[in-house]
Amino acid sequence: MPIELFALLLSPLAGGAVLALIGHRPRAAEVNAVFSSLTFAAAAVLVARVIESGPLVALGEQLFVDSLNVFLVALTAFVAMTTSFFSRPYMRIEREHRRVTGPGMRLYHSMYQLFSFTMLLVLTTNNLGVMWVAMEAATLTTVLLVALYRTHASLEAAWKYFILCGVGIAQALFGTILVYFAAEKVLGPGTGSLLWTHLDAVKTELQPTVMSIAFVFLLVGYGTKVGLVPLHNWLPDAHAEGPTPISAVLSGLLLNVALYALIRCKVITDGALERPFASALLMGFGLISVVVAAFFLSRQRDVKRMFAYSSIEHMGLITFAFGMGGPVASFAGLLHMTVHSLTKSAIFFTAGHAAQQTGTQLMENIRGLAQVNPTAGWGLMLGTVAILGMPPFGVFASEFLILTTTIAVQPWAAPVLLLSLGVSFAAIFGKVQPLVFGEPTAARLPHPPALVPVFTHLALVLMLGLFIPPSLADWYRQAARLIG
Amino acid sequence: MSAAGIAAQFTELALAVLLAPLLTGWVNQCRAWLQNKSAPGILQPYRVLAKLFQKEVILAHNASSLFRSAPYLIFGSLALSAAIVPTLGTDLPLNEAADAIALVGLLALARLFIALAGMDVGTAFGTLGARREMMVGFLAEPALLMVFFTASLISHSTSLSTIVETIAHRELVIYPSMAFAGVAFVMVSLAENARIPIDNPATHLELTMIHEAMVLEYSGRHLALIEWAASLKLFVYMCIGLALFFPFGIAGGGDWLGLVLALPALAAKLAVGGAALALIEMLSAKMRIFRAPEFLGTAFLLAVLAMLVHVMLEG
Amino acid sequence: MLQHFGPQVINLLAAVLLLLAFAMLSQRRILSLINLFAAQGFVLFLSTALVAALTDQKHLYVSAAVTLVLKVTLLPWILHRLIRRLNVKWDVETLINIPTTMLVGILLVILAFNLAAPISQLAGTVTRSTLGIALASMLLSFMMMITRSKAVPQVIGFLSMENGLFFAATAAVYGMPMVVELGVALDVLVAALILGVFIFEIRERFDTLDTRHLEKLKEH
Repeated sequence: MPIELFALLLSPLAGGAVLALIGHRPRAAEVNAVFSSLTFAAAAVLVARVIESGPLVALGEQLFVDSLNVFLVALTAFVAMTTSFFSRPYMRIEREHRRVTGPGMRLYHSMYQLFSFTMLLVLTTNNLGVMWVAMEAATLTTVLLVALYRTHASLEAAWKYFILCGVGIAQALFGTILVYFAAEKVLGPGTGSLLWTHLDAVKTELQPTVMSIAFVFLLVGYGTKVGLVPLHNWLPDAHAEGPTPISAVLSGLLLNVALYALIRCKVITDGALERPFASALLMGFGLISVVVAAFFLSRQRDVKRMFAYSSIEHMGLITFAFGMGGPVASFAGLLHMTVHSLTKSAIFFTAGHAAQQTGTQLMENIRGLAQVNPTAGWGLMLGTVAILGMPPFGVFASEFLILTTTIAVQPWAAPVLLLSLGVSFAAIFGKVQPLVFGEPTAARLPHPPALVPVFTHLALVLMLGLFIPPSLADWYRQAARLIG
Repeated sequence: MSAAGIAAQFTELALAVLLAPLLTGWVNQCRAWLQNKSAPGILQPYRVLAKLFQKEVILAHNASSLFRSAPYLIFGSLALSAAIVPTLGTDLPLNEAADAIALVGLLALARLFIALAGMDVGTAFGTLGARREMMVGFLAEPALLMVFFTASLISHSTSLSTIVETIAHRELVIYPSMAFAGVAFVMVSLAENARIPIDNPATHLELTMIHEAMVLEYSGRHLALIEWAASLKLFVYMCIGLALFFPFGIAGGGDWLGLVLALPALAAKLAVGGAALALIEMLSAKMRIFRAPEFLGTAFLLAVLAMLVHVMLEG
Repeated sequence: MLQHFGPQVINLLAAVLLLLAFAMLSQRRILSLINLFAAQGFVLFLSTALVAALTDQKHLYVSAAVTLVLKVTLLPWILHRLIRRLNVKWDVETLINIPTTMLVGILLVILAFNLAAPISQLAGTVTRSTLGIALASMLLSFMMMITRSKAVPQVIGFLSMENGLFFAATAAVYGMPMVVELGVALDVLVAALILGVFIFEIRERFDTLDTRHLEKLKEH
């Protein structure tokens, strides 16, 4: 009986229920943080268990944890916890600025916990159908949060988010139905045919035509949630308009979770088809996303929108790496998922803080952050430097690995990648520099911001850049082997 | 070509020509009942025809020979199409010469001549009516063809007799494609026979007329023939509908008994069809002319859909 | 007799579903759209119940009951209440005129049939050909979403897309596992409720439900 697995899932669910009642009270933010910490504690124990005794199955094979998703579970729980710490003072200031009301805070806190629940469910479920349901539920929980501020822009962003992701995810449901269709012939009808472990065992016997069509639908569906171009239209708006903690978890966590769903489906498809169909598609979409995002980046004037495009670019890079396949590229992809999560959420924390101080998200109106609030300003600078792939941060290590593999395996793509990365480097660096230095336009804030999470994240990224602990490296290698 | 077949052929032709006005009278009667009015009686169209045959023909001084001969041509082609449609028996002597496409061609011939006659004298209303008639025809004909093609795909032949025999004598199978085709056919019939919602057969407001506008200049026996031809057209369309969708009761080849039994079967089916037409007319409102393409476009769409559904579900 | 007529009736219901999808595409009044949506739900209920009887799977009866409650009663009721409060019962303009929409619809149907044909041939169920129809009605609902400019028809298009998917799940694979079906139903309900809330907010903020006003967020 894996208690920690159940605790992992029940804690945020209970948190959502409790906060639905008391979410507007003064102590609600602390309760939120407590529940997230409990979730993380459960995740840590689960990680220890899986490292020690290998993959585990629970609840009549409905839940499944192996090396691929356990590290994502740990990452998700960790970032959710640090974000809840950050959200405490941040949302208090937002409330005092009258941008959120009492009932809004209730919604915010309870949905935050439910969102964690749905994400963890996507990661730990063995049933492809339940994975879909949880993915859609994750969208539903965040839709109202993106519209929390009730402004024109946020309503528009939330509407687009809902409609585009909803349509996309419906395609993924069709893909899931097709997978069930193919599985039914080999495994017979019933729940067993949707379980990933069963499908993995018989993947070579699945009908290739059906699986290839199913994968296309799944790619369109889950790819919309990952933010692959051309299905990315909702992403910059949704990530820019919601409250900052939500932007952080959307960018840092939900994209990873969607990509995880896609990877699980890719493993099955690769087994069913002889030719590298799925890999080619992933590489194509990943590459297009990197290029398009890099060029759109340079036109942005809103700081959060700019970093949202940066998320699209990085997710494209990870997708490209997983498309290439092989031990090095998959390892690099997994590493990049980790460091991107940590860095991007840290950046959003500082950028959101900057926006709070100056009252605007337009970069031309934010200046001299380092002077008014040195920790925030330098945090943003370091985060930007990290995400741009400068050594010795972790992003450099993963990008380096990806690029070297590209040169070896797909040499034509290397100059394209380098060019795009260069363009985004110039764009972001050029825009963030005047933000941090220069004559200050920011005001003092009534409460001190919580910037410990920012520096924790950045420290982790630095550590991963300099030295990856052997157990972690081994863990990544195991997961990479699973991806193929 | 059996004796029963030849008998069937002649009976069909006679029946169509003689009973078409009765069908029109029945439809008017049903409509009056539904509207709680009293109708002028089922035999009223006969009285109208008799009256018109006795009247003098007044021609415009610039009416051409086309104007004078058009009523006969129209009546002739419609009578011929009535002869082709298997209403009583399927073993008709004209089978080899005529199939569904020829039938559509004959109906188009009738439409062509009435439109030309409408334009012949050069009045504004005649041309107006002719233009509208051609527009309706332009849209309705492809729909009608598609309906026929759906039926042909099922029976692997465009000959009407083969279609009837295949559908009548198969075991009871539900064909969704025929359901769609049926709806499309009803819509096309409403349009082609100048019924509500496309045209109002009782209107005399010039801006809303299609059929009436074209025959404004006719009088006497010419008008009688044209009115008779219009009733005949309704009869033909109804019989086509019955042959395609409700062919039960139509006798096979060389079957005298079946032929005799087919008569009451036909009468019953036509009675029900007439009542249904009156019901549809009462429940709909006349559409504005610019909406007619939408209506017919929907009919065409349904017919194409019927074909696609046949290929997908029954192929 | 059930075994002989059952698959035929399912085929007929599939054809009716496609017809309803086209009817929704050409409909102008929002009230009729909601009624057509309820009719679609009813067709789904019938086909699920029939498949349950044909294949003797008890859980499909439950699924059919859920469909009846959710898609035929609850969702249309929510939608009716919504448009009554918003006062948007009548004419909806479309971005392209209706005959063109219909023609594109036919092309989409042909596309869907072509796409589903290789899969249909591999199926073991007698109702395999309905997969193409389910995909076609999904594409048609999608088309309805993108050719309408008002929020409520877009929502109805979104919900009817789910209907097409549900039909694919029941008729082509004889029903997904129960837990999945329940989960999907729950998602749909929650989605509809959230959309209802949304539409109000949009109306309040923008004073219109024309979603062309919701395209202002760009690279300023």
